[in-house]
Amino acid sequence: MSSAIDHAPLTHLNALESEAIHIMREVAAELERPVLLFSGGKDSIVLLRLAEKAFRPARFPFPLMHVDTGDNFCEVIAFRDRRVAELGERLIVASVQESIDRGRVVEDRGPRASRNRLQITTLLDAIADHRFDAAFGGARRDEERARAKERVFSFRDDFGQWDPKSQRPELWNLYNGRVRPGEHVRVFPLSNWTELDVWEYIAQEQLEVPSIYFAHERPVFARDGMLYAWREGTELLDGERVETATVRYRTVGDMRCTGGVRSLATTLDEVVTEIAATRVTERGETRADDRVSEAAMEDRKKAGYF
Amino acid sequence: MSAHGLLRFTTAGSVDDGKSTLIGRLLYDTKQVLEDQLVQVAEASRRRSSDGGLDLALITDGLRAEREQGITIDVAYRYFATDRRRFIIADVPGHKQYTRNMVTGASTADLSIVLIDARKGVLEQSKRHAYISALLGIPHLVVCVNKMDLVGYSEETFTRIVAEIREFLAPLPVREVSAIPISALNGDNVVDRSVEMPWYGGPTLLEHLETVDLEADHPADTPTRFPVQWVIRPGAAVSWGDGVSLPDAADARPVDADYRGYAGQLASGVLRTGDEVLVLPGGQLTRIAAIDTYDGERDEASAPLSVTVRLEDDLDVSRGDLICVPDDAPVVARELDATICWMSERPLCVGDRLVIKHTTRTAQAIVVALEERVNVETLAGERDVVAFGLNDIGRVRLRTSAPLMCDPYRRTRATGGFVLIDEADNRTVAAGMIEDAR
Repeated sequence: MSSAIDHAPLTHLNALESEAIHIMREVAAELERPVLLFSGGKDSIVLLRLAEKAFRPARFPFPLMHVDTGDNFCEVIAFRDRRVAELGERLIVASVQESIDRGRVVEDRGPRASRNRLQITTLLDAIADHRFDAAFGGARRDEERARAKERVFSFRDDFGQWDPKSQRPELWNLYNGRVRPGEHVRVFPLSNWTELDVWEYIAQEQLEVPSIYFAHERPVFARDGMLYAWREGTELLDGERVETATVRYRTVGDMRCTGGVRSLATTLDEVVTEIAATRVTERGETRADDRVSEAAMEDRKKAGYF
Repeated sequence: MSAHGLLRFTTAGSVDDGKSTLIGRLLYDTKQVLEDQLVQVAEASRRRSSDGGLDLALITDGLRAEREQGITIDVAYRYFATDRRRFIIADVPGHKQYTRNMVTGASTADLSIVLIDARKGVLEQSKRHAYISALLGIPHLVVCVNKMDLVGYSEETFTRIVAEIREFLAPLPVREVSAIPISALNGDNVVDRSVEMPWYGGPTLLEHLETVDLEADHPADTPTRFPVQWVIRPGAAVSWGDGVSLPDAADARPVDADYRGYAGQLASGVLRTGDEVLVLPGGQLTRIAAIDTYDGERDEASAPLSVTVRLEDDLDVSRGDLICVPDDAPVVARELDATICWMSERPLCVGDRLVIKHTTRTAQAIVVALEERVNVETLAGERDVVAFGLNDIGRVRLRTSAPLMCDPYRRTRATGGFVLIDEADNRTVAAGMIEDAR
């Protein structure tokens, strides 16, 4: 049974992995009704592998939940369903379209509209409906400056709000997840991972990711310095035109606010090489939702965003 | 607790001592600041400063509330890497809530940077920072004497400041103290060697961070400590209450109904298959039957790995129990002497009841005595204390409702540290370090 792995020095990925597994087990042990938010994106793909490492050979002690804007890349939804079936775990789909149909939210109109902000209501409604008291998310502190200050166990009051001024001190690996009814914690096992760590881990574990993470040809149009996917019915502004480009995605989100990047990386190794050499942050390059203002993420987080 | 390729360090300081500039300089000179961030910083520099030069301090600019008030609210975590190591910085603001944030940032750090303004010398805050670093058991301390450009790069000034802080540190348990003269503003001795200070022959700050010896921080004789976090039993029913049921596919998945594994993260030391182990607080002796991971069985695992352990005997082991080696076991105790940092506006008094969280075990604790409060500037103990106020540090005696498996914090951080939680509002109100237990 002895193997070389037993005596190899710990890598930084080993350390990050063990820390994340510890966090997931703490939540399972200390909270009544956790849920894992799974978008089909790279970070939540890593979360699923970490959950396997934390809980197998038993089932996950929580269901998975996807907040579906109804505007996702079809490759991602197909991947999501395939991965959940492989795992044999339960998936809840919380639908932004249903929130719109029920009159909980009103959709923006026009060519610049996106459903990104509407997800907050759908997410908080689903957490309340299922009485979840903890929700795992794949957010990382290296993504954005508001996230740099967020705890691993991030307390939300009964309005789902994050209050950056009164966070619970978080010492050693002793996490305080105590909540009263109606409150919950968001838990971020990947807090200390960087984008490069995530890709190196995906490569190490040979995890499947949706095909849009690799370079492919698709019709796109340029807006505000980003390349957005064009499909039938997309409204263009004056002067915008559709071209076919070879792109890949660095993040997976709502189609209408997630931009692609020109890339020729078609394998995991090529993606890792590209990320290691990149000169632009992932949110700066691909997310229109963060460009609204200097504090766009901070404002959405306070309101209950992922 | 890190792998050797990962260094966690903390920096603390006040608004004026150049901490933000130092971190900005480290990130900028190691080319970790990406183009879109640089554009933001350049724009903000133009808006906010008169000369419009690139203000590196703005790289670490945080929340809008902080920008509006010109303060930093909370610990920020930042990440960078060089070819030799990955780094996690716990960037601690230096004004009010200083102790609380400092303790939080220090609790996971391998190294602490104490920043001293060369013009001002050793201030109370420098001492407080050095003391807390020592108290939290950070093995490496780096004194960065900053703004050397404003004192004519004077060797004499540097030597005097370093002598003073070394004298203060002498009675404290810090394994290694280094001192580096820098100018964060101009970049002297941060990443690149200074041409202005030929009298300094030591490493630059980055060279030091890249090469500091972490292996020696985890000596081979650290005691084996495995707090049980979670019991893995595939045979047990999973229920999430109404409205959430398992898919049929999951029920069809074959499971080993007899499997019973104890999952946890090794807090210190090593576990090997076949080892005789002691399970506390019950005191049963058994052997390690197997060490499981998702990637297969291992015959050995060391801290900080997360693994699942199976035992040879069928014992009643649950979350909060501790697996250790019989000849070097922790004390099973319900009375603790500990140094605590009190982090609540509400004063702490004798007779107060709190929740104590220690390893994976949670119990009630009663404050039996407030032994003394530490004057952080003189390190003297003040007796006859009626209450601890916000940011006070001192020794207390606690009695707990259940036995805890305790080591002195200075020996094992993971089994020597605890937090106290106020059940009235569920806030974490204190960090504690066990000195003695019985």
